[in-house]
Amino acid sequence: MRKNIKYLVILALGIIACEPEFDNPIDEAGTYTSGEADFSNYVALGNSLTAGFADGALYITGQENSYPNILSKQFAFAGGGDFTQPLMSDNTGGFSNDPVTFPPRFVLVFDADGKPVGPATYTGAVPSTDFTNNLASSFNNMGVPGAKSFHLAAPGYGNVAGVSSGSANPYFARFASSTTATVVGDAVAQNPTFFSLWIGNNDILSYATSGGVGADHNEVPNPDPSTYGPNDITNTTVFAGVYSQLIDALTANGAKGVLLNLPSVTSIPFFTTVPYAPLSPLNPDFGPQIPTLNATYAGLNLAFAGIGVPERAIEFSTTGPSAVVIKDESLEDKTAQLTAALTPTFGALKAALFGAQYGQARQATAEDLLVLTSSSIIGKVNEARFAELVGLGLSQEEAGQLAVNGVSFPLEDKYVLIPAEQTAIENARTGFNATIAGLATAKGLAFYDAAADLAQAANGGIPIDGGIITSEFVRGGGFSLDGVHPTPRAHALITNGVLDAIKATYGANLPRVNPADYGTVTLSNDVN
Amino acid sequence: MRKLLLFILFVSVTLVTYAGGYRVSVQGQRAIAMGHTGVAVVNSAELVFFNPAGLVYLENKLNVSVGVSGVFTDVIYQNKEFGTSSETDSSVGTPLNLYGSYKVNDWMSIGLGVYTPFGSEVEWPTNWSGSHLVNNIELAAIYIQPVVSFKISDQFSIGGGPIYVTGSVNFNRNASRTTTDLEGNRSNITVEDSGVTNWGWSIGAMFNPAENFHIGFNYRSEIIMEVEGGEATFSNFPNSPAAPANGTTTFNAELPLPAELTLGLSYEYKKWVFAFDYNRQFWDVYKSLDLTFGNGSSSVNPRNYKNSSVYRLGLQYQATDKITLRAGYYRDETPVQSGYFAPETPRNDSDGFTGGLSFAVTPKLAIDASFFYLRFEEVDASYDFGTNSTGGKESFGGTYKSSAFAPGLGLTYKM
Repeated sequence: MRKNIKYLVILALGIIACEPEFDNPIDEAGTYTSGEADFSNYVALGNSLTAGFADGALYITGQENSYPNILSKQFAFAGGGDFTQPLMSDNTGGFSNDPVTFPPRFVLVFDADGKPVGPATYTGAVPSTDFTNNLASSFNNMGVPGAKSFHLAAPGYGNVAGVSSGSANPYFARFASSTTATVVGDAVAQNPTFFSLWIGNNDILSYATSGGVGADHNEVPNPDPSTYGPNDITNTTVFAGVYSQLIDALTANGAKGVLLNLPSVTSIPFFTTVPYAPLSPLNPDFGPQIPTLNATYAGLNLAFAGIGVPERAIEFSTTGPSAVVIKDESLEDKTAQLTAALTPTFGALKAALFGAQYGQARQATAEDLLVLTSSSIIGKVNEARFAELVGLGLSQEEAGQLAVNGVSFPLEDKYVLIPAEQTAIENARTGFNATIAGLATAKGLAFYDAAADLAQAANGGIPIDGGIITSEFVRGGGFSLDGVHPTPRAHALITNGVLDAIKATYGANLPRVNPADYGTVTLSNDVN
Repeated sequence: MRKLLLFILFVSVTLVTYAGGYRVSVQGQRAIAMGHTGVAVVNSAELVFFNPAGLVYLENKLNVSVGVSGVFTDVIYQNKEFGTSSETDSSVGTPLNLYGSYKVNDWMSIGLGVYTPFGSEVEWPTNWSGSHLVNNIELAAIYIQPVVSFKISDQFSIGGGPIYVTGSVNFNRNASRTTTDLEGNRSNITVEDSGVTNWGWSIGAMFNPAENFHIGFNYRSEIIMEVEGGEATFSNFPNSPAAPANGTTTFNAELPLPAELTLGLSYEYKKWVFAFDYNRQFWDVYKSLDLTFGNGSSSVNPRNYKNSSVYRLGLQYQATDKITLRAGYYRDETPVQSGYFAPETPRNDSDGFTGGLSFAVTPKLAIDASFFYLRFEEVDASYDFGTNSTGGKESFGGTYKSSAFAPGLGLTYKM
């Protein structure tokens, strides 16, 4: 028996010795290092990009694939701690108490033949997240969708009572520590050892996505953000002041961090998907109308020539795609002259109407950017204008002919970013980025040039294992179905960019992520 | 004596079997202990598998050998660039073998064997980083073979017989690296079938230049296992006409069980037996694992295996009347070519170390014990022929290391 036990022991030892082991196991201490940084308590500040907002909504899997969350998992290889996020209640997105302003996410719809139709709002479930339900905790991910630079330091930005009036943000209301709390205050209260800050995108983006209907507070410098409308461009001096204040607060206890700059907003699919000349003569709703339209516009074009603006002439091609007709508010308003020139032919009523409709009209050029949301209205009757025209005494038929968006009724300001608006955006962005890069250098913080990577995605693409990431809408893999926010795959790219920056500045050696392991857009036909 | 036993056990353990692809060399306790040699070893009914021609030279009228091994395998994976690492759930396979032979007259013996030369059981953590290639797989093929052996002369014999195979498969993997349903659950497919049958054959010859010197030859035919109408379950696919529907459908597939040619010799000197076997496994038949599903989707997985060789050495020592000691070594070359290293059969070149003993309880009945340890080199390898969700080619790789350990127990009865 004793002999047998001996054999059993040997056998057991044998089995243990058989466990395979690597020569250099990566879970051995020293494989990955944090360098001069301390990742034990990482707090991320920012807006929707930081929160993981995608497909027009905030939802759980989007949050899980946010670059801060991915980053935190890489930090965990070198001392990183838990990373908490104010997770939504579902993967539907949107808020149960205001599903109109905050609707569910977009999903990609396919037809029965398996061909993509396009994004549509998911209706497979109703939103279950109630923003009045405060989670009573602060989170490592302090990203607040919709936040502009100055909002991070604005007391009461998370006061649920201010949501309906627009003075507060429902996403921050879910986890603000008090009705007077600031985002940065709640972040600092967590004593971060490491932080990331990616803010300022919305200081230009909301102006851009609204087609430039807001004001540019750099034109006439306005230093008071409390007077800004939601679609305005923030004054660069205001930005510099508030950004510096944020950095001071975050580094007060010696925390290290990484700053991300602002990519060009005009190279995102939201502005590059709808062509300036989308009107095809092959379109059965449009092609047959071209002769009539051109005959009508011929009269207008004569008037344009007569009042000295022949370059505003409008004509549709019968052989190739034509540019849409837009209202360019930067053009001199010729309503009065046009009305006068047209009165002999059309009579006072219609002449006044035409004069007003085309007083600042022109056909779009390649320099104009049409917003993504214009794709669903171009070539459709503008109901508001139609009602207005009928009210002015036109017949239903005449009113219908004159109210076709982009064809007879010039596309409104909110659908078009004209060159002047693009310049205003770009100037502000350049100013903001100078502040960000300058402060990174001055404070010895890591700096990731996110703008350069986005520019690469928009101009040729970024190769990944088994493919390429581009800025093409739906198919490019970089942008979610809202045309503005990144996909999980793009968040993975951003993560790698941040890791590179942290390595360069702090000597941290961390594993990268493989963007090919991260998804892009979600398919579903659960759309009504 | 006890010291020697310990020494042999110890040596065998510290130095340590499996084979390339999904071939599993555990077809006889005595053979395993001798590096799985046996094509020219006239020793027991294990010859039904190793070389039916030799059965006619067994001294006894009735020979029975039964055995079972517990095969413990572990595979570890890591990728330093991405910090990912995984380890297979230590699976235990229990391949059985059962052999019997009966000497009808001086020049003819008949026999029957049941054995499991092919199988694979690999279970990675669900949704691990290579889950688009495999989450888990379980393959088994049971060979049932009647044989007949003819003595042409004292120097030469032939043998062989038909093989009936019944096999089963259970294989799960994710649809791609990224496809999920709306809730983020990974889309995956399970294929399952059992009772897949087909026929094959084997033939052997033995030449005895001297009484203590045997030369053997054996060839086992290739058998293609064809699954028709197996059960495939699609789970967690998004609700979209562009994705396969969730639920159960059918699948068709083919998996080859390659042919194997063995040449070997054995030499007896006093209390010693020395054996050498050379196996050539014709893996080049395994070009691609292609699955066609009843719902119209399909999956093409190039394998492009090459033919491979195994070199085996075995030693036996008659320590006492009751105790026979055995040890062996083999070198097993992988059939997997560079760039085709898939984690469902993560096998590279390996060294097998084996040992064992027989204890004669009575002159008629012996207990056989064996074990082997198969040591694989650590290898940086990848599978470069994956297809991503948009049809692009993608690669999955890293560092792999595997080992297998298998203790086994059997009985040999002679009458």
